[in-house]
Amino acid sequence: MNRSRRRTASRVFRGSNRPRRSGQNRPHETPMPQPQDNIVGLPFEKPIIRLQRQIADLETEQIKTGRDYASEIRQFRAQYVSLLRKTYQSLSPWETVQVARHPQRPLSRDYIGLIVKNFVELHGDRRFADDKAIVGGLGRIGTEKVLLLAQQKGRDTKEKLAHNFGMAQPEGYRKALRLMKLAEKFRLPVVTLIDTPGAYPGIGSEERGVAEAIARNLLEMSRLRTPIVCVVIGEGGSGGALGVAVGDKVAMLEFAYYSVISPEGCASILWRTGEKAPEAAEALKLTASHLKSLGIVDEAIPEPLGGAHRNPSETAHNLERYIVRTLRELRRLETDELLARRYESWRDKGKVLEPQPAEPAAAAK
Amino acid sequence: MAEETTQSEEITTPYDVAKLAPPPRKKRDVPDGLWMRCPGCEAMLYRKTVAENLDVCPECGEHFRVGGRRRIEQLADTGSFEELFTDVAPADPLEFHWSGKSYAERLSKEQKDTGETESMLTGAAYIKGRRVALGVMAGDFLMGSMGSVLGEKLTRLIEYATREHLPLVVVCISGGARMHEGALSLMQMGKTSAALARYDDAGGLYIAVLTDPTTGGTTASFAMLGDVIIAEPKALIGFAGPRVIANTIKAELPEGFQRAEFLLEKGFVDMIVPRHELRSEIARLIDYFQA
Ligand SMILES: [Zn+2]
Repeated sequence: MNRSRRRTASRVFRGSNRPRRSGQNRPHETPMPQPQDNIVGLPFEKPIIRLQRQIADLETEQIKTGRDYASEIRQFRAQYVSLLRKTYQSLSPWETVQVARHPQRPLSRDYIGLIVKNFVELHGDRRFADDKAIVGGLGRIGTEKVLLLAQQKGRDTKEKLAHNFGMAQPEGYRKALRLMKLAEKFRLPVVTLIDTPGAYPGIGSEERGVAEAIARNLLEMSRLRTPIVCVVIGEGGSGGALGVAVGDKVAMLEFAYYSVISPEGCASILWRTGEKAPEAAEALKLTASHLKSLGIVDEAIPEPLGGAHRNPSETAHNLERYIVRTLRELRRLETDELLARRYESWRDKGKVLEPQPAEPAAAAK
Repeated sequence: MAEETTQSEEITTPYDVAKLAPPPRKKRDVPDGLWMRCPGCEAMLYRKTVAENLDVCPECGEHFRVGGRRRIEQLADTGSFEELFTDVAPADPLEFHWSGKSYAERLSKEQKDTGETESMLTGAAYIKGRRVALGVMAGDFLMGSMGSVLGEKLTRLIEYATREHLPLVVVCISGGARMHEGALSLMQMGKTSAALARYDDAGGLYIAVLTDPTTGGTTASFAMLGDVIIAEPKALIGFAGPRVIANTIKAELPEGFQRAEFLLEKGFVDMIVPRHELRSEIARLIDYFQA
């Protein structure tokens, strides 16, 4: 898609998440020669942002007065890096959700711009409309020709409205299925990027059978005769995410989340207040590392220091490496073997209790 | 199809989506026991009469919700249900707890109250002499929510139907995926759909019966994948809950929205079958497809 658009990413820093403390929290007026400039601070990043500002102030001071603050700056930077590392090594699930929703987090179209060569977008479900919440098309990732399906949220208000905040309607899922069948016909592997708060809960969406559209995708993806690789890059919102996420391999970016319900939704039902979202996030075990240990995702793709939004190109590089490596592995399998393994991997998802086969010792308990 | 229509125009079910406020509870003035008041027509009904009438109001035709065991009694030939996969029991893989409560405790309470281990009953049965693989959701067990056990039992049932070349009948009633098992619950949608894909490849006949209410992840997976989809009259069937939709669009929902009749009109169910005709309709369908 539009490659130059990526740059607008770093300009969206007027989000409400900006920490407000005692008036000294103004955006930097001076450019800072670091990838971290203009980063919107999350509530739990206040000390990091403070250090960042101190570095910037010293640098400004240095330029203005001609005095040498190099050693102080070096010291602050070292502190900054170690604090960032420490913070991101132990993010709570709720903090992870905030990173996954960060206003500057790279979106599908940023990754398309960074790692997909010669992207040719294909539109429409041939039944009703073209749903821009799921972008589909042909492209090359590394050496691999792929059919790409990418949930797209939009960056600024105008884009968000155009992409319906990444919330697809039935047409989105049906477009995805149409394109997957096309991929199957020409033996192109399918890559899906998942980033949605959920399918759109609207009247038209229900009237046109969003449940049927998602269900159909689950069934057809499970038997599509071409490799499918799915990566949750931001929000994996329930059935709306799963509708394009039944694959041979399912991965998540390190700070993405994937959940049966949003933490807010869960909190409002079980705790009876949305304010308990942090507790709900904890309880839902929605982070990449939790989901990997539960056997729901195969891999957590590492993000750069301080999250994807601090270094989109490094994130894109990691994503590309994962996709290329995985597609190469999958390509080695005969189609029947591929499908058998896909079935087994889905067959295994879930945790139940079962008595051990009738050995008296085991049955005793 | 249905020549005996037993519904009147005035029916407003207690689950009527047009009224978002909780329905007035008239239950209080009826002593528990022999009598009940129909939420549809307000008639005082003798419970035994209602039970004999398949839990349908004899006055207005309102279809009351039916528990899992009772549904099997109503649907399968008497005594024909051989239950399968009974020892698959729920775990608490996330050690889920919230404001002083825990999923583990909730499960054992639910098991005690309902006498069931989970929200899905599976087995083989006969319907008017036709052998079927039968899955029935227990709407009274944690609102018929879908967790790992439901997914596992249903998947085994589908695999069993595939192996045994049996028609598959699944009666749905569900509040959706179960939060307490997190994304594991979500995955059951993919798992059961994958099993249905193989069953489909093997030429199996799948009849889904959607009853009030069928929502969320259940609808967006096996409920909507029937070769033939039957709905009970006025059943609420949808993906997002009506409240969520109303809150999102900030508007009132149209009359009858997400009801069985609405889905029939929009093309998402094949037929609406009153409970009295369900057995014969399923038998007839099986005969058409598998003579
Ligand atoms: Zn009545």
